[in-house]
Amino acid sequence: MVSVAGKRCVEQAFGAADIARVEAALGGARVAPARYALEASGPRRLLARAGRVDPCSIEAYGASGGWRALERALVIGRDGVIGELNAAKLVGRGGAAFPTGRKWEAVAKTPAGPRYLVCNADESEPGTFKDRVLLEEDPFALIEAMVIGGYATGAEQGYIYLRGEYPLAAERLEHAMAQSRAAGRLGPAHAMKPFAFDIELRRGGGAYICGEETALCASIEGSRGEPRTKPPFPVHQGLFGKPTAINNVETLVAVLDIVRDGAAAYAAVGTPGSPGTKLFCVSGTVRRPGVYEVPFGTRLGELIELAGGLSGPAPLQGILLGGAAGVFVGPDKLALPLSFEDARAAGATLGSGVVFVLDESIPLVPTLRRIAAFFRDESCGQCVPCRVGTVRQEELLARLANGKPRGDLAAERALLAELGQAMRDASICGLGQTASSAIESALVQLQPFVKSSR
Amino acid sequence: MKNLNLTIDGHAVTVPEGSTVLDACRKLAIDTPTFCWAENLTPVNVCRICVVELEGARTLIPSCSRKAEEGMKIRTDSERVRLSRKLVLELLGSSVDMSLAKDFAPLAKRYDAHPERFGPRAARAAAGEREQAHAGHHETGDGQTAANVGQPMKVDNELFVRDYERCMLCYKCVEACGNDAQNTFAIAVAGRGFDARIATELETPLPDSACVFCGNCVGVCPTGALMFKAESDLRKSGGWDETKQTETDTICSYCGVGCQLTLRVQDNQIVRVTSPSDHSVTGGHLCVKGRFGWAFVQEPAAQDKGGS
Ligand SMILES: Cc1cc2nc3c(=O)[nH]c(=O)nc-3n(C[C@H](O)[C@H](O)[C@H](O)COP(=O)(O)O)c2cc1C
Ligand code: SF4
Ligand code: SF4
Ligand code: SF4
Ligand code: FES
Repeated sequence: MVSVAGKRCVEQAFGAADIARVEAALGGARVAPARYALEASGPRRLLARAGRVDPCSIEAYGASGGWRALERALVIGRDGVIGELNAAKLVGRGGAAFPTGRKWEAVAKTPAGPRYLVCNADESEPGTFKDRVLLEEDPFALIEAMVIGGYATGAEQGYIYLRGEYPLAAERLEHAMAQSRAAGRLGPAHAMKPFAFDIELRRGGGAYICGEETALCASIEGSRGEPRTKPPFPVHQGLFGKPTAINNVETLVAVLDIVRDGAAAYAAVGTPGSPGTKLFCVSGTVRRPGVYEVPFGTRLGELIELAGGLSGPAPLQGILLGGAAGVFVGPDKLALPLSFEDARAAGATLGSGVVFVLDESIPLVPTLRRIAAFFRDESCGQCVPCRVGTVRQEELLARLANGKPRGDLAAERALLAELGQAMRDASICGLGQTASSAIESALVQLQPFVKSSR
Repeated sequence: MKNLNLTIDGHAVTVPEGSTVLDACRKLAIDTPTFCWAENLTPVNVCRICVVELEGARTLIPSCSRKAEEGMKIRTDSERVRLSRKLVLELLGSSVDMSLAKDFAPLAKRYDAHPERFGPRAARAAAGEREQAHAGHHETGDGQTAANVGQPMKVDNELFVRDYERCMLCYKCVEACGNDAQNTFAIAVAGRGFDARIATELETPLPDSACVFCGNCVGVCPTGALMFKAESDLRKSGGWDETKQTETDTICSYCGVGCQLTLRVQDNQIVRVTSPSDHSVTGGHLCVKGRFGWAFVQEPAAQDKGGS
């Protein structure tokens, strides 16, 4: 990370920093991030501008097709916008895959105002780094999408809840918001935007749980970041008890293409059940880890090939799909088409778009223990099944890893199954409900304690 | 008011709009356990012992907070419900000293809960150790012993003690100290995950904190984590004997509000003062005078003078 004092937007994250790159950055040149690949196999929609158009210039944004979605939204009206989202079958990219059009419609139809639109930019799911690319490399796109969201839902105030560890994103968003206000695209009603809508940026304090939508609301309100029981759902009683649409960064940016070009054009790629494209965060033992935009339906194996294939000679061991809250699949699933419906049918999930590849050189058991430790650390501590269950799960894995089970392996697996069931059934929020899913799936799919002493 | 029709365990029941599923269960006399719920506090639905199965729902639902809806079909004794209740009991029993929580032992029996399935208890923490835990960091042990909240009792005043190895984190004290009764906000949950705990601001001792010693937190604590010092001292010395105790209702003599007091007395000494949670004046909550200001009635001089 290089920062030059006195100027805006010269803080750059570009991975391994050699002298030439640092000198170039100090000289004011833009240095593309080296570490992550930013590639697409089909049309570049979400990544249309990332890494190619200056994220600090509203002129460059306008010249590269910016604001055209907002202009069309004003032509087709609120119902038209929601109709396009429904026709495009847009569902949330934050993990829960809820239909976005239905969410916006519910907020628009809930009478009690004021209404709010919140962008969930907390991006803390392990292995997820796609929103960061959009936030840092295309901040105006998020602002335009949120203005459209404000228009369609009837919200006059928006919030961006940004992961605390994304300083460059914070800087670029603040800068983009200021320029958008100056240009009359954000803030009070204006000729180009005949309704009022403004955005406030809030930065998280480093807690994964604050990405859960109700905990996020509590955090913005100034309370401890603890999830709230649903119902009531945020669309009826969300931020400050008012109707609130909460959407992931990628979901919002996807709105732009749909509104600008129409649902039919959006569905030119993808599957019938999951039209359009999706960002995947490919990491682990692949040659070119990074963010890849591919049409839904792309096969898991194709995506891994796009990322350069396995980085070493060891054969593929397994893939964690959807993040720590997702599931492990074995090498037999390389033909799985990456769409919501195919993942569901295979008992997997796309979650937040994590594709974490492990070859046989990576010891699985420590990886599982790390996942268990993660949930123990990140549980808010509110409810018993998750607060204590995540501790017991970690202890159980430690016993298996040390080869000292209570009873035998079968007894420990039965205990984990009961624990997992209770966490899934009785926890308040998605954290506890999914805290055992990756671990349980690994034990079934990859058999780590059976195969060897890894 | 609108009435709602539900089916619970195959029985039809009608409750007024606004009722909870727990209200409906109780109307049918279905014995539904609760720990964190109390009639004089807002439900926080954190302990999860009251979960029931709602047809069509992905997860179980907390009966104590979930509002009844027309047509709900509910089961309170399905496999899933029994399993979750059993695990909640085992997780609590293996991490917290629940021996003074009055419903715990019978419930453990009813749900066949065996907290020792998770191994023998790990050593207790030293004084101040749990308070220093840093969010997101912990020591990963070998899993042979069960982590728990064992720690020394906090005794920093003459009125009540805080024995947090008995704390099941039901949030009742926080609610009683906050919006639900006292509005003092002297205590809150600090820390995250298994390190979460009830704390004063910056762990200040109670006398230096915002606490006004109303004892409303003590009044609602279901596990004995918060306890009158008089009771705690007697228990420590082995003198606590419930067979020698009586309860006497009276009205607080300090001011004109008319709070009802229930005095628990052993050997002619007051060991605990409460107020019925359904009392129209107090709702179960008192102030420092009624709760703790009774030393004068125990002065030998006062007792000699009898009723004068
Ligand atoms: C523990 C937990 C953490 C979450 N973290 C995030 C996050 O960092 N970013 C995000 O967009 N959604 C996150 N979610 C999902 C949100 O609760 C919510 O479903 C999402 O923001 C809705 O937006 P979408 O419909 O556009 O996906 C998380 C959920 C849970 C249970
Ligand atoms: S499931 Fe875990 S993170 Fe969610 S509310 Fe319960 S304790 Fe908190
Ligand atoms: S005694 Fe009263 S003021 Fe003090 S912590 Fe308890 S409820 Fe709060
Ligand atoms: S101290 Fe008592 S009332 Fe407070 S959270 Fe712990 S168990 Fe509940
Ligand atoms: S009594 Fe319902 S969750 Fe505790």
